[in-house]
Amino acid sequence: MKKAIFLLNGKETPYRPGQTLLEATQAIGFHIPTLCHLKETTPTGACRICLVEITGARSLMAACSTPVAEGMEVFTETERVHNTRKLNVELLLASGKHDCLICEASGDCRLQELAYYYGIKELKFSQDEKFYPTDDENPFIIRDFSRCIRCGRCIQACNELVVNRAISYGYRGKDSKVVTGGDGPYTDSECVFCGQCVEVCPVGALTEKKAKGRARAWETNKIRTTCPYCGVGCQQWLHVKDGKITKVTAVEDGEPNMGRLCVKGRFGYDFIYSEERLKTPLIRENGNLREASWDEALDLVAGKFKEIIAAHGPDAIAGVSCARSINEDSYQMQKLFRAVIGTNNIDHCART
Amino acid sequence: MTNSFADFAKAKMIFVIGSNMTEAHPVAASLLKMAVIGGAELIVVDPRRTSLVDLANLHVPIKVGSDVAFLNGVMNVLITEDLYDKKYVESCTMGFEELKKKVLEYPPERAAAISGVSAEMIRDVARRLAAVHPAMLMYTLGITEHICGVNNVMSCANLQMLLGNVGFECGGVNPLRGQNNVQGACDMGALPNVFPGYQRVDNPQAREKFAAAWKVEKLPEKPGIMIPQMIEGLLDGKVKAFYVFGENLANTEPDIRHVEHCLSSAEFLVCQDIFPTETTRFAHVILPAAAWSENDGTFSSSERRVNRVRTVSAPPGEARPNWWIFKEIAKRMGHEWEANSAQEIWDNEVSQYAPSMAGIKYARLEKNGLQWPVPSLEHEGTSFLHKEGCFTCGLGVLAPIDWIPPAEVPDADYPLVLSTGRRLYHYHTRTQTGRSQGLNELLGEETADISEADAEKYGIEHGEMIAVKSRRGRVVVKANVTRQVPEGLVWMAFHFREGCANWLTNPAYDPITQTAEYKACAVAIEKLA
Repeated sequence: MKKAIFLLNGKETPYRPGQTLLEATQAIGFHIPTLCHLKETTPTGACRICLVEITGARSLMAACSTPVAEGMEVFTETERVHNTRKLNVELLLASGKHDCLICEASGDCRLQELAYYYGIKELKFSQDEKFYPTDDENPFIIRDFSRCIRCGRCIQACNELVVNRAISYGYRGKDSKVVTGGDGPYTDSECVFCGQCVEVCPVGALTEKKAKGRARAWETNKIRTTCPYCGVGCQQWLHVKDGKITKVTAVEDGEPNMGRLCVKGRFGYDFIYSEERLKTPLIRENGNLREASWDEALDLVAGKFKEIIAAHGPDAIAGVSCARSINEDSYQMQKLFRAVIGTNNIDHCART
Repeated sequence: MTNSFADFAKAKMIFVIGSNMTEAHPVAASLLKMAVIGGAELIVVDPRRTSLVDLANLHVPIKVGSDVAFLNGVMNVLITEDLYDKKYVESCTMGFEELKKKVLEYPPERAAAISGVSAEMIRDVARRLAAVHPAMLMYTLGITEHICGVNNVMSCANLQMLLGNVGFECGGVNPLRGQNNVQGACDMGALPNVFPGYQRVDNPQAREKFAAAWKVEKLPEKPGIMIPQMIEGLLDGKVKAFYVFGENLANTEPDIRHVEHCLSSAEFLVCQDIFPTETTRFAHVILPAAAWSENDGTFSSSERRVNRVRTVSAPPGEARPNWWIFKEIAKRMGHEWEANSAQEIWDNEVSQYAPSMAGIKYARLEKNGLQWPVPSLEHEGTSFLHKEGCFTCGLGVLAPIDWIPPAEVPDADYPLVLSTGRRLYHYHTRTQTGRSQGLNELLGEETADISEADAEKYGIEHGEMIAVKSRRGRVVVKANVTRQVPEGLVWMAFHFREGCANWLTNPAYDPITQTAEYKACAVAIEKLA
């Protein structure tokens, strides 16, 4: 069979029939800038940043939504392409308040990156000034419509990635807005606060309330880990500054969640910082608990176990391991019971 | 799970029974919903109209505890209408004749009378399932938390084998496991009958192997007791010392009043935890432990995937990693253990002694982890089990199963069924989620979810405080009148101490697994004056 070929900036390039131009170029590691494109979802072609020139086509075409055709001649870096993309970035910059200095997303903003990449030196168009009011009537998500560029990534994520179907486009033309059913706050909607919309927002329109003011993107390092809640095993990035988690995001290409998290996985991390944490061994004395050293507490436990084994045999001791802690902890506990105490009375909550 | 979460997003036919995964396993549900909006067919079997039903082609609202009768009815249709996978059954399974004899006792009309759905719906389910191969079956605690939990699970397996669905991508029998590392705790042998890697304690070779590994003369051969027996043992004195690591038994076990009586009778109770809980109130010694993100290690997920967990910060105060605490106790009892980190424990012990995890070493877990069995260092892991119906144990066993009713059914005094489960915004007894800022704002108290019909019958308004009582206890909670719940059912969770469903639940257990029947007991509701 003849290999499917198209011409990318004059160079013969293979593709799989059915691929979009963006997919075909990404497959060979060739970069076309995007903004609204969201992997695994239907392309919307909303932002016009991935425009390319195709021989024979009257207008520039969006690479994200144009299927490759055999022999198609595509140019990605012509002056016309460059100028149009730049113009589109300038229009987006005029669409709202994009004041990076005070924006939570600064340093992690696609629009900021594009403005820099296209060498925009001044704001060419006057900025819109009237915006829908901010919705922050919930504990987790701030919806600042003055920064929204209506790229639709949040809508694609909500409807196609997590399929919670809580938001869509509302109103028309310059009044258009990302709305919940009935255009109320998130709390009065189908929203389940998974925060996927925040994760995919390329600007500062959707930000995390709990992370606000905690750290600039460049001040954190990311540590990969596994979610401590249910048994799905979602892969997380813990964003850490000065040894503390400032926010949690999903590992985009991590199995099995592939970029998704739920409300507990994304926002339920700060229990570890609770003042109520147990911080020292405690021993009950005369009915009350008092603080003790590790040596004292461990000697007491080991001593009492030995005493009970001597008097009643090892089967008079029983233990329950923890299904939330790491494998190695459960391994050690069953080893303690079997090899040291001498009983198989070890169980955990799998049955309950 | 026999299969992987990646299959959820690719499956063509999905059969969900006893799983409210949109709340208990939200990301798994998202993957499944992606498959459905992409054209997959979805059948949801659940007494409640859970939110997954919004996307389902068919909702089968069976009565609580009627699963075996319903599944036998479906299999009856598969056999009588000749819709089952004969080739698969002949070559991959055994026991078909016995199964056939049993399910022929459950014609759709009889199954319908027990399960409360129509015979026509049962036929519809069977025909739909037979039309697409493979179908993927998922279940959660709606299947297991019954006195017939084992039978429910075997019925799910029967159905999938009869349809020839086990051993293929996007097929299989897939229990969604509740806790982040409940799979791992099983894999590690925190069970009374098996060593790490499911090697049985009553097998002399296994005992010999572990005795050598752990440098001890001998290991106990008699399987140990399970949690309910441990708790009862505190009362009758069979258990003198009870070591509870990271469990809040005082809230999670059925019949709280009785459980607390047992815990308060303990001669010596050691609790090892990250927070004071309702259970630590009874402890004689409390050992403060490191939490998630405070030590390196691994979790094993539902899909048998061993994933890395990494350290962000040191535990607070004097709190220490759990593995260290166990090692220190062992030392004080005369045993010096070599491993001095989670990695050393895994690389030098777990993967040495558990053949199904022999190929898993920390160095191989940097990114996506590995799904066991991973028998060698070259092996890439196993995304689904029993490939092409070649069962690891030989032939798949089709087991004839009879339906039995729940241990406690409604009567004149307690005319309603209470079923329990989890809600989205909290996890179990809220030791973690209750201390994570914001989640209490989204769900701040327990409710009793009741149907519109029962609300009308008892004259109860949505949001009104009501009493729910069973033979074991009484709680006062807010009524949540909802279309999710059918008439005759009260549905509650156990996230809040006040109004915890476990003041009411029935400590009746599956005879094999000792899993409690959290999903069914009899209650009455009262309008408060």
